[in-house]
Amino acid sequence: MRKTIWLLAVAMSATVCAGNAQKLNGAGATFPYPIYSKWFSEYGAAHAGVQINYQSIGSGGGIRQVSAGTVDFGASDTPMTDEQLASSKVKIQHIPTVIGAVVPIFNLQGVSDLRLGPDVLADIYLGKISKWDDARIAKDNPGVKLPSVDIFVVHRSDGSGTSYIFTDYLSKVSKDWAGGPGKGAAPSWPKGIGAKGNEGVAGFVRQSPGSIGYVELIYAMQNKIPFASVKSGGGTWVKASIEGVSEAAASVKNMPGDYRVSITNAPGNSYPISSFTWLLIPNPAKDPANGKVLVDFLKWMLQHENEAASLYYAPLPAPVAQKVAATINNLK
Amino acid sequence: MVKSDTQVPRVAGSGDVGQPTGGRSSSVAEPSVVRQYLLNCGSSSFADRAFSALMLVCALSIFAIVLLILVELISGSKLTIQKFGMSFFFGSAWDPVNGNFGALPFIYGTVVSSLLSLIIAVPLAVGVAIFLTEMCPAWLRGFLAFFTELLAAIPSVVYGLWAVFVLIPLLRQYVNPFLIKTMGWSGVFAGPNYGIGMLAAGVILSIMILPIISSLTREVMSAVPHAQREAVLALGATRWEMIRMGVLRNARIGIVGAVILGLGRALGETMAVTMVIGNRPEIVRSLLAPGYSMASVIANEFTEASDELYLSALIEIGLALFIVTIIVNALARVLVWAVTRGAPVRGT
Repeated sequence: MRKTIWLLAVAMSATVCAGNAQKLNGAGATFPYPIYSKWFSEYGAAHAGVQINYQSIGSGGGIRQVSAGTVDFGASDTPMTDEQLASSKVKIQHIPTVIGAVVPIFNLQGVSDLRLGPDVLADIYLGKISKWDDARIAKDNPGVKLPSVDIFVVHRSDGSGTSYIFTDYLSKVSKDWAGGPGKGAAPSWPKGIGAKGNEGVAGFVRQSPGSIGYVELIYAMQNKIPFASVKSGGGTWVKASIEGVSEAAASVKNMPGDYRVSITNAPGNSYPISSFTWLLIPNPAKDPANGKVLVDFLKWMLQHENEAASLYYAPLPAPVAQKVAATINNLK
Repeated sequence: MVKSDTQVPRVAGSGDVGQPTGGRSSSVAEPSVVRQYLLNCGSSSFADRAFSALMLVCALSIFAIVLLILVELISGSKLTIQKFGMSFFFGSAWDPVNGNFGALPFIYGTVVSSLLSLIIAVPLAVGVAIFLTEMCPAWLRGFLAFFTELLAAIPSVVYGLWAVFVLIPLLRQYVNPFLIKTMGWSGVFAGPNYGIGMLAAGVILSIMILPIISSLTREVMSAVPHAQREAVLALGATRWEMIRMGVLRNARIGIVGAVILGLGRALGETMAVTMVIGNRPEIVRSLLAPGYSMASVIANEFTEASDELYLSALIEIGLALFIVTIIVNALARVLVWAVTRGAPVRGT
């Protein structure tokens, strides 16, 4: 009996002493979780002794934790507001990593391609257009047989960066939306039911005839749900694609130093419902050793941007990537 | 006649107390370190007192945890308590972007979905309990009881998934049109038929609370003495009259307690309800319309609540739910205890 206790104590102290690896902790957005977890595990495999741990607790949680200094870095789909930056205990530098797109998905029998104009989309979500065969939808879709059913609107019940990107776009294209619910991660939706998570919205729309919803591009493509074309900032009909999304980021004329810019409804033929997702890096770093590892990871990440495309995220376009590289070099 | 190897009764404290009385063994077991220390103390009262103190600490720690939760909830919701006061529980607006919060739609949703689940589950559960205790053949009883209790073991998320893929289409295609056709005039089953909504939440909750109510009711009904049943039968009652007068009447306090316990579970159920209730903070008369419950709004919006007032509003809803659940569960426990532990069983 005594011997087993002794052995246990020795084993426990051994495990405590053995963990000498450098561990970084990050928390934040759920949307980029697949690509972040892929990058972190590849980086850890390539650099022995380094372990980056990421918890996808949501953008709001990520902002809160990195502002309080409890994690080494954060991640968010929505940029921090001026008040949040001012009230944060540490100075934060936003680093854009990949670009995501939000697509409107629909379920209409016999219809596989649909065009939804910006004002039409906003009015559907405001409740002003309630039937699929409304004249305004038919005008944009000549030759498509629209059934005369009610539009079943689906939105997100949980606060989310996806909702933020979508409502940011709606606020830009519709004055009624901007004056009403406005843009936010959890706005007060005038109509429709809320489903939990991207997978909840995708599941409902797939099962309910006559429904419309919005999800990240990866969900629509992997689940083969039909999604609509929207009008770009330049007036052409575009369907979401990785190139179109990268172009939206490239079209920003004056990229600010803190990268807190909205790229929805960008001019030209880029996909209008796109947005950056950011890593929130404390600058100067809380722990210099961890900070150095983080900077090294960011440089490594820029070289591996093309891996994002395999997971349906759009990589940063070249001019933005160059600017980000310069910013990273200035990080302490 | 004296046996040659009679065991002499030994004084307490000897090292080989565990020896079989049939004979002496040649080797005596070595007392452990703890026991040797206690032997040297002279009595075992220190060990007894230390043990009872340790058990008391464990029991008090439960109270301490509950108290700590309450304190944290109150301190976390200070902002909205200061800003809105009691009008928080009567307001209907839920607008995080503009900082306007009111908990009435969630309270309504929780209460209505729980009451609906009781209306559906109680007759079923009491029926199951009556069948299993009074009328079931013995070879079937264990089998059925096992399956009823298995329902309680299924995780809430699995119920939610099943509801989304099986129950909702069923409701949307068959049940709701029938209800609209027959009872649509009342306004309770009106409006667009999505499948999801308050009715779906009530149905899934009723399936989840059925095993709780039925197993407690069975326990309470078994506690009714057989003399009661036999007395009623001796007076010429039919089987149903025997069940009604001899068993149910005596067990009714306990059945009420079981029902309230089921209500307590229904009030706090989160994942299954979130997936089917529609998540729309609106008070509508129709049961086919989407609603929102207190537990669902916390589960949905807590991770992304970025500003302090929003967080505080969600924590205050959590506080309300916590207090309601504690009261309901305490009431249920008292009622069930009163029947199964010795409250006098009255004749009529």
